[in-house]
Amino acid sequence: MAYTGSLIALVCGAIWGTVVMLVTGVTLTLVTGEVAVPQVGAAALAGALHGFVLVWRGSARRDLNAHVGAALIAFVVVTAFSLAAPFALPLDVVPLWQGVGIFVFLGALGFANAICLKGVPLKAMSRYDREVVYIRVLKGLGFVVFTILVALPFYVMVMTSLKSQQQLLANPLDLSIDLSQGVTSLFRSYVELFTKYNFGTYLMVSAVVSVATVILTLLFSVPGAYAVSRLRFPGRALLSRSVLLIYMVPAIVLVIPLYAVFSQLGLRNSLTGLLIVYPATTIPVALYMLQGYFRGLPAELEEAGLMDGLSRIGVILKITLPLSLPALASVSLYVFMIAWNEFLFAFMFLDDPDIFTLSRGVVALNSSEVPRQHLMAGAVIATVPVLGIFLWFERFLVQGLTAGSVKG
Amino acid sequence: MTAVENMAEGRSAVPPKGIGPMQRREARLAFLMLAPTFLIILLIVMGPLLANFWISVKPVGLADLRPPSVLVNERVRGKPQAAGDAVTLEYRLRNSSQDKEIRNVVLKDSLPDGFTLGSTPEACTINGRQLTCAFGDVPAKWRERLRLEGTADAPFLALERPGRETEPEVAGDADNILTNFEFTFENFRKVFDGDEFWGVLRVTFYYTIFGTVGALVLGLFAAQLLNTSFKGRGFLRGLFLFPYVSPVIAVAFTWVVLFDPFSGTLNALLTKMGVVDAPINFFGQRAIEFSVFGLPLEFPLALTTVIAFEAWRYFPLSFMFILARMQSINTDMYEAAEMDGATPMQQFWYISLPQLLGILSVLFLLRFIWTFNKFDDIFLLTGGNAGTRTLTVDVYEQGFALSNLGAGAAVAVVVFVVLVTFATLFLHFSPKEEGL
Repeated sequence: MAYTGSLIALVCGAIWGTVVMLVTGVTLTLVTGEVAVPQVGAAALAGALHGFVLVWRGSARRDLNAHVGAALIAFVVVTAFSLAAPFALPLDVVPLWQGVGIFVFLGALGFANAICLKGVPLKAMSRYDREVVYIRVLKGLGFVVFTILVALPFYVMVMTSLKSQQQLLANPLDLSIDLSQGVTSLFRSYVELFTKYNFGTYLMVSAVVSVATVILTLLFSVPGAYAVSRLRFPGRALLSRSVLLIYMVPAIVLVIPLYAVFSQLGLRNSLTGLLIVYPATTIPVALYMLQGYFRGLPAELEEAGLMDGLSRIGVILKITLPLSLPALASVSLYVFMIAWNEFLFAFMFLDDPDIFTLSRGVVALNSSEVPRQHLMAGAVIATVPVLGIFLWFERFLVQGLTAGSVKG
Repeated sequence: MTAVENMAEGRSAVPPKGIGPMQRREARLAFLMLAPTFLIILLIVMGPLLANFWISVKPVGLADLRPPSVLVNERVRGKPQAAGDAVTLEYRLRNSSQDKEIRNVVLKDSLPDGFTLGSTPEACTINGRQLTCAFGDVPAKWRERLRLEGTADAPFLALERPGRETEPEVAGDADNILTNFEFTFENFRKVFDGDEFWGVLRVTFYYTIFGTVGALVLGLFAAQLLNTSFKGRGFLRGLFLFPYVSPVIAVAFTWVVLFDPFSGTLNALLTKMGVVDAPINFFGQRAIEFSVFGLPLEFPLALTTVIAFEAWRYFPLSFMFILARMQSINTDMYEAAEMDGATPMQQFWYISLPQLLGILSVLFLLRFIWTFNKFDDIFLLTGGNAGTRTLTVDVYEQGFALSNLGAGAAVAVVVFVVLVTFATLFLHFSPKEEGL
């Protein structure tokens, strides 16, 4: 086809016009609370023309004029075809935000089209060049969709927690922050959770349980991992293969017997019970991750230590452990995350509100008597510490996990 | 005879056979270091696994966990004013169980100071101030009043709360349903007889297969996005891992709030923008009915939403592993392909995908098993209602919601059997070179 380039420019432009308009429209709605209906048809047309102009002018020479011209044309088209209401809102409703919306629409459209249509001619294109453009468009869409998909729930979680009951009932679409009400009023859900709902205690309990689980897990799994990776004994190969199988035993199968036995032993409604169960579920995976790392350490260093008169314990403490700090860090983080996020056993075992973990505490908020913003504030309180720690040590965690082992 | 001895005696040196003392010491050390791990796994994983089989063939309910016992309450009757006044000690005893007898019930208490017993009831014996009363076997719902008549002296009158000075002790043997040898296959019969079991099994497989595939496909796509380096890549990679790292309660409740039919943001958007006429109850509606060419079909709405949640929450895991694998692919191959004129799609299809096949199959099997095991997500999102009850949720439903631990354990046995089948497949097919 002789004019493939032009066709691609039109289609690519139309896609971006539609997507960018949808995203700006919905964002505008969520930010202002006014229902903006994005005029998709007009935007698609504007985008297509924008892409075509960019290719037409840009194929000759890359300059600012082409961009400004294309943007102007897109602006005129989108305004004209939406009857001067690109978001289907009268111009006197939130005019400033509408202006910003149009500006963002044109900017994002220009950015996307410029990247996707870079080097596209008006005339015929080879298969290679066509596929390059397809992939650019697909990737661009991927970025937009994934980012919204991941970020939107977290955004809704945080914003809902900052609302009051009346605001939520009045307009569920308004997810903006009203800063004029003052800090105490803004964070009233959090204040109430900490003062009336005992969340300070839950936070402490969760922290203590998680840290204790990490310590116990390391105490058990470090010697075990060392034995599996360094010492020869009958059944070693079988053990190192089967240790991960333990991790596939579903918790729900264990919960009924543990519930029955712990009830009779008086361990059920206690943190001791949790601190017996949590390490048991994390030790196998910790052992697996650690033995993979230990195996990668040069054995010569340890042998030298043994020759120089250190005992095995001395070798582990003075040579192996200092060398495996990164692995220890990632295992600790990982176990911390599991223990902090654990829900099933905390839910089954704990009845006493004085020793609730955060997970258990947030579930207790899920009733019709507790308003939704409190539930979301509880979710935020449970999420922030673990996300903070994760972001701080992200590199460690990802490397440790992908190098040694896996988990679900 | 060891090799050293052989050499010392001038014979030809042969390598030692069997395990030498050093190796034995090494093995002993290894077992010592592994012992704590073995112990806790035996106690908390293997033990309960076996116990689950045991419970599944026993008629045990949630209420049976509190073993039947005799409850006792001690009171003083009469108001003695002066020494020598008559006073009565009364013990009220009761069998806490509604349907189980208790054998060899014995009450022990010491009489309060200054209390002189008039006549000893026939069930009781007095040894010094120690009172022992034997009641033999008592039936279910048994109640008894034991009255000790006597006189009070000065020390008794001085007591602040006579009768509460010592706690009476009651001993008795009762059948513990968990440890006796009464078996039944009623649990399994109930599980397999119900119409719903096969529905539950079908839902479980839909959920597992589509949840796994969804998470894998999303992960593969996300890994493609971040395989090139650009500004803000580290930020996006961190962001993409959020759903996996956050506590399940937080994200599950956020989805529930977001999709709420009455006050949820998503439904408000859809209705206000005119996409749908009425709000959709994503987590509460079992199915949407529609017809294609007059053929009535059902779209399982709640199940699909739950599967979408599963894919959303777990795509970061596959994303992380696929990205790590992609970055270890040698770039020479792409350069050679580029020289040969392979298009980007061809490069993906013929170079990247074959290289990723190993990690993809491992991830598929692992995620398949873990999705099958998953309980929290569905339990928090729908509670197993609206056609989303999987086997794991059924365990909870039978065992705790319906208070029939035995039936719950029976479902858990089914879960375990299916799982062992998967695990066998997993061990059989797991590619060795992926290091798993």
